[in-house]
Amino acid sequence: MPAKTSASTQPPAPTTPETKPLGAQLTAKDFKGRVDPDWCPGCGDFSVLSSLEQALAELGLQPHEVIVISGIGCSSNLPGFINTYGMHTLHGRAVAVASGVQLGNHTLKVIATGGDGDGYGIGGNHFIHCMRRNYDLTYLVMNNQIYGLTTGQCSPTSAEGMKTKSTPFGNVERPINPLALAIADGATYVARGFSGQQKHLVELIKGGIRHRGFALIDVFSPCVTYNKDNTYQWFRPRVKTLEELGHDPSDFHKAMERACQWGDEIPIGLFWKRDDIPALDQLEPVLAEGGPLAHRPLGIDPEIAKSLMEELM
Amino acid sequence: MSRIDFAVGIGGAAGQGIATPGDILARIFVRRGLHLNAYNAYQSIIRGGHIFLILRASVDRVGSMGDKIDALIPLNQDTMNRHLKHLHAGGVCLYDGDKINPGPPNEGAQMCPLPVRELAGASKIPNAQNTIALGALLQMLGIDFQLFEDILARQFAKKGDAVVAENIGVARAGYDYATGHFTAFPNSLPDTGKRYAFVEGNQVLAMGGAAAGVKFYCAYPMSPSTGVLHWMARNARKLGIMVRQVEDEIGVINMAIGAAHTGCRAMCATSGGGFALMTEALGAAAMMEIPVVCIDVQRAGPATGVPTKTEQGDLWQVMGAGQGDYPRVIVAPTSIPDCFHTITELFNLVDKFQCPGIVLTDLLLSEGRASVEPSEFNFNPPIDRGEIIGWRGNGDGDTPPPEGGYKRFKITDSGVSPRALPGTPGYVHVVATDEHEEDGVLISDEFTHPHKRQAMHEKRMRKMHGMLALINPPKLFGPVNASVTLIGWGSTEGVIREACEKLAGEEAIVANNLQIKWLVPLHADHILSVLSNSQTTIIVENNYSGQFARYLRSETSFVPTGHIRKYDGEPFMPHHIVDGVKQILARTTNLYVPVHEYIV
Repeated sequence: MPAKTSASTQPPAPTTPETKPLGAQLTAKDFKGRVDPDWCPGCGDFSVLSSLEQALAELGLQPHEVIVISGIGCSSNLPGFINTYGMHTLHGRAVAVASGVQLGNHTLKVIATGGDGDGYGIGGNHFIHCMRRNYDLTYLVMNNQIYGLTTGQCSPTSAEGMKTKSTPFGNVERPINPLALAIADGATYVARGFSGQQKHLVELIKGGIRHRGFALIDVFSPCVTYNKDNTYQWFRPRVKTLEELGHDPSDFHKAMERACQWGDEIPIGLFWKRDDIPALDQLEPVLAEGGPLAHRPLGIDPEIAKSLMEELM
Repeated sequence: MSRIDFAVGIGGAAGQGIATPGDILARIFVRRGLHLNAYNAYQSIIRGGHIFLILRASVDRVGSMGDKIDALIPLNQDTMNRHLKHLHAGGVCLYDGDKINPGPPNEGAQMCPLPVRELAGASKIPNAQNTIALGALLQMLGIDFQLFEDILARQFAKKGDAVVAENIGVARAGYDYATGHFTAFPNSLPDTGKRYAFVEGNQVLAMGGAAAGVKFYCAYPMSPSTGVLHWMARNARKLGIMVRQVEDEIGVINMAIGAAHTGCRAMCATSGGGFALMTEALGAAAMMEIPVVCIDVQRAGPATGVPTKTEQGDLWQVMGAGQGDYPRVIVAPTSIPDCFHTITELFNLVDKFQCPGIVLTDLLLSEGRASVEPSEFNFNPPIDRGEIIGWRGNGDGDTPPPEGGYKRFKITDSGVSPRALPGTPGYVHVVATDEHEEDGVLISDEFTHPHKRQAMHEKRMRKMHGMLALINPPKLFGPVNASVTLIGWGSTEGVIREACEKLAGEEAIVANNLQIKWLVPLHADHILSVLSNSQTTIIVENNYSGQFARYLRSETSFVPTGHIRKYDGEPFMPHHIVDGVKQILARTTNLYVPVHEYIV
């Protein structure tokens, strides 16, 4: 177990490596990171972190087999709070870096995390193209419909009319619909969870990690400090699981219809899933044999080297 | 100059098939063991406009397009109008006499109209005039028809025997027509018995990457860097390289960083505009201590600028890329073959120092083509991956985790901390673009600490000292006691050295050259000591503001006697530098800007 540090002005103490032997069945506790989260008390992201730890343990994974990659924002601090390999990259670039990691070593379980501003705003271009390409990634977006770390401006998912520091008279823009976008764009596993329903979220995350392809899991993860509109109290009566509502995630049109549903009843759960499209790494002949690219020997076969030059003579 | 030196200019509109006769001629020359340099002046247009290819052959290495044209092949009227005036006494102009009106030639130039319609006969091959003109030219150069036939057969092999036979027939007609109608060149081009390869700079950069063990290459197409992507894509499966075309250059560099973090040698290439998008991530690579190589093939800026023209205008962009101070290597290869060695050396440096490496080439080098001795390229160069843990490639991959936990960013004297690859049991850690402690825990948000920040910042920057010791200082080329030292950087080496020879041969001015390749870190003390022995110093560069002159001044306080600069989009020709040296020596100016003669 890594040493723990409580929130204080002192930096965390040096850590010790995990003590359980390799291959032992781990619990969520074994995935607790060396630093406690610095999120505001009550933040929805605590639940997402716990759900991810639980999912990794239930899937029987070891910390070194997983890499969690984030951008910048409150939720993007997550890799520092979990005991796996991690990269805390630049604002908006999590999925771009993650796709490079996935192709570089396709034996790793690659999980990208971040917020709605990071993924749907500044990282929007990477987001749509990564879904289209169907990289084998699980992307957990902690969607709080606000910019938290910059102290409360509107985000791409902020509701129309919402008053924030950058929209003091109300947001005149309409929000993005990440689920409908993902379904249309080619993501092969599209789900939505809610921080207030952790057990349900654990299952969605497990499904996403097991899925061979791009899995988007958008999570309603309320910001208790800056978003006074979309609170736990606001969500609780509205969210209904698709399991309760009855839904077939292989039906494209139904999935779209559910993704566009908003108001008194907001569905959460697995909207869309297809298994007939291979992940990008499965389509690349370069990865067909020889193991991960990262660990292949360097150097060129002399015969091939000769042929490269002969073409030019 | 007494040495054999022969230049052909082929001009026409885009779509008229200039590349093919250029390739055929180049292959013929390298098969006869002649060195070559090719520069293609073109426009950002797919069909139409004007293209002018200068192919220059010599027994010795050719470092520039030179100053003269010995044979002109205008494929349309426009080319005749633009370039006939550049053909001097002894030169020949081969053209379709049925379609193109000759202009008034310079005295002593031979006009060679070809009756293309008659010579092509029933042949329907497109661009018959190109093949006919080549046939005639080769006859006038005393080159055996058999060699031409072999090359044509190879060139058109994919199109079938009928096309090959038709091309050979038409070529023969041109060859034979020249025998009876035109005066051959007084000296035929020799066969030196050697065999060279004919390579494009971008291909060489890509091959250097492959030789260095690049396993991941990604890019967004941008002229003039796209040739690297094309070569990589074509050879990816054969070489086991993952090649991806990404949505934008921000994605490119971030993907490359991701792949590099897993342990792949990763590379990408772009031009100045794409590089501008990559800058934040380069700092991120340095902060997370991930080795990655990025090539900036400069073109004439700012903004979209002139996409098909050359410039050395990105030096300050590259030096200033990204916020904050961070360790990195910046290197500008000095010739097309040097692009190969630069990449293989650079990968060892960035692996050792776990930081980004930036290569600055330009359109002149990257789209320029040259002959190389095949053995010059070592496809199995020495590999140094630095302090790496868990890499199973050519290493053992099993190192027991240290007592008390692994510290990814351990503070060391060299500034280098052993790097464990993701997937290695016992070394779980996080790398962050936020400032962090030795074990990776952030000291940017909750636990900020000025002393720890200072120590980590100094650790990273200490790598620069280690790097400098491994980089060769620049060497003075030419006589030590010269009256003029020409200082250049990157791609201008060939043309500057030719200008030195011209100055000695034609002007009795003894000049030498100090060409700077490794820009960051810079051997400032060494450069200053070399220059302190020089009488007149002139900095030659392909940009408006003297970017290198300003850099050198900032690092050394050195101020040269004069400057020769060019920023019209075209590369220097040797005489441009010769003229500048004369003017600066005569003290008529300290800044000479030549006027380019060929309008393309």
